[in-house]
Amino acid sequence: MPEVFVSKIGDFAEGDRRIVFHGGQEIGVFHWQGNFYAYENLCLHQGGPCCEGVIMHKVEDVLAPDKTWIGQKFSASDAHFVCPWHGYEYDIRTGECVGNRKLRLKSFEIRRRDDELYVVAG
Amino acid sequence: MDLQPNDFRRMSVEEFDTTKLLAHASKQAKERGYQRFPIVDVDSHHYETESMSEILEYLDDPVLKQLATATSRPNAKNARIMNTMVGYQDMGGRIPRYGQRSFEKTPAGETQRDAALTKRWMDAVGVDVAVLFPTPMLALGVHPQVEVEIALSRAYNRWLCDKILAHEERLVSMLYLPFNDPDATYDFVKEFGQKKGVVGFLITSTRYRPVHANQYMKTYALLEEMGLPIAFHGSYHWHDQAQGMLNRFISVHALGFVWYNMIHLANWIINGLPERFPKLKVIWLESGLAWIPFMMQRFDNEYLMRTSEAPALKKMPSDYMRDMFWASQPMEITDMGLLKETLRVINAETQLLYSSDYPHWDFDLPSTIYDLPFLSEEAKRNILGGNADRLFNLKLGARKLAQAV
Repeated sequence: MPEVFVSKIGDFAEGDRRIVFHGGQEIGVFHWQGNFYAYENLCLHQGGPCCEGVIMHKVEDVLAPDKTWIGQKFSASDAHFVCPWHGYEYDIRTGECVGNRKLRLKSFEIRRRDDELYVVAG
Repeated sequence: MDLQPNDFRRMSVEEFDTTKLLAHASKQAKERGYQRFPIVDVDSHHYETESMSEILEYLDDPVLKQLATATSRPNAKNARIMNTMVGYQDMGGRIPRYGQRSFEKTPAGETQRDAALTKRWMDAVGVDVAVLFPTPMLALGVHPQVEVEIALSRAYNRWLCDKILAHEERLVSMLYLPFNDPDATYDFVKEFGQKKGVVGFLITSTRYRPVHANQYMKTYALLEEMGLPIAFHGSYHWHDQAQGMLNRFISVHALGFVWYNMIHLANWIINGLPERFPKLKVIWLESGLAWIPFMMQRFDNEYLMRTSEAPALKKMPSDYMRDMFWASQPMEITDMGLLKETLRVINAETQLLYSSDYPHWDFDLPSTIYDLPFLSEEAKRNILGGNADRLFNLKLGARKLAQAV
């Protein structure tokens, strides 16, 4: 499987992302909370550039012990990237579509070589 | 500030470019060979409020013109003569093009900005001809002042005809009807029916006027005589008492865009309007498709028991619906079996019309039709363009006008 250069690790800031090409394929690479994740930049909905959208923390309802609704908050741990075409949201750690976790973006292996980051395409 | 954080399509807000945003759609167009047949989009939009200064120039009433102009300062985009809807179409910034759109550059020259932007996305996705509608004016039917609905929509129609339709072969429209005033509605058909690029007339469905009222019969007769279709465009209204019980925009949007069209369709059929105007073509826009089999089953079932309440009918309600035309967007595609049956019951090969709704958040690309596994190639081409070509008498034939594909 071909390795595609992504970035010097030191140049790839926390919270940033890169899009790399291999053949006709586009791969989105995320640097999130110390880890790197790589997914195909092709939304499972209508083929939009899902890896290029905004990153937003998961929205959660807040319920009281008696099940009454108190309000909403952003998750402290879970983040999503959002397809800019229609709003499909994906878990940044798994590539799962958060509205239906049976749907999952194609993911790619990440390899570090010294201070360089590569993604295994194919 | 960058809102598209990537290397090869990196765009600052000031550099926002629809062609780049839709690069994947252009790839789809090439892969699927859209250059082999024309594609007509029967429901697309522009943001007319961005040209509000020009539109207000077309107001006849000098007092209203002064009022509208004064309340529009310093920014005509926020013209306070327009009623606005509570809503969150951009999903809290998750759909960035809403915020970026006004920064997009268009070349200086003869092409009007709205037309230039529209043709840009049409080329990107492979659409040859688009039926263009406004956006904020979809709510004008619930403006508290009927005279303002009439005046603004007349100004908009004149502006659209003068500035865009007169010059653009690829852009047509079904013009806004001020349906809250039956006489003005009739006058609009008289005034605009023969204008270049006018292929029908539009009722924005969000309003509280029953379509079977006797005052509208002269308009339907005129449309039938002129051979121009009438279309009903869905929308929502969070101030509606029933929709006001819904606490999230997803619910208001999902139900609202169908609700008013359900009311109008029920009145249209049960009052026998298809029998009174058998040659008048009727189109339903932006309600998706899932509601259609529901309406067919619901009214067929009740009609067989309560036939005397609908004495004008000579066939089942669903049979009249099969004579109508349906725009595809937003096509509910989460259950392929149900979708297949829906297309079967509406005779999609002749009655279904592709629509994108671009640039709105829930737009559909031509691939939503082209990739359906149960349609023949001929059916796909009819739905994507052939049916609309015949309905609107566009005389496209096999011509391809989109530039990118």
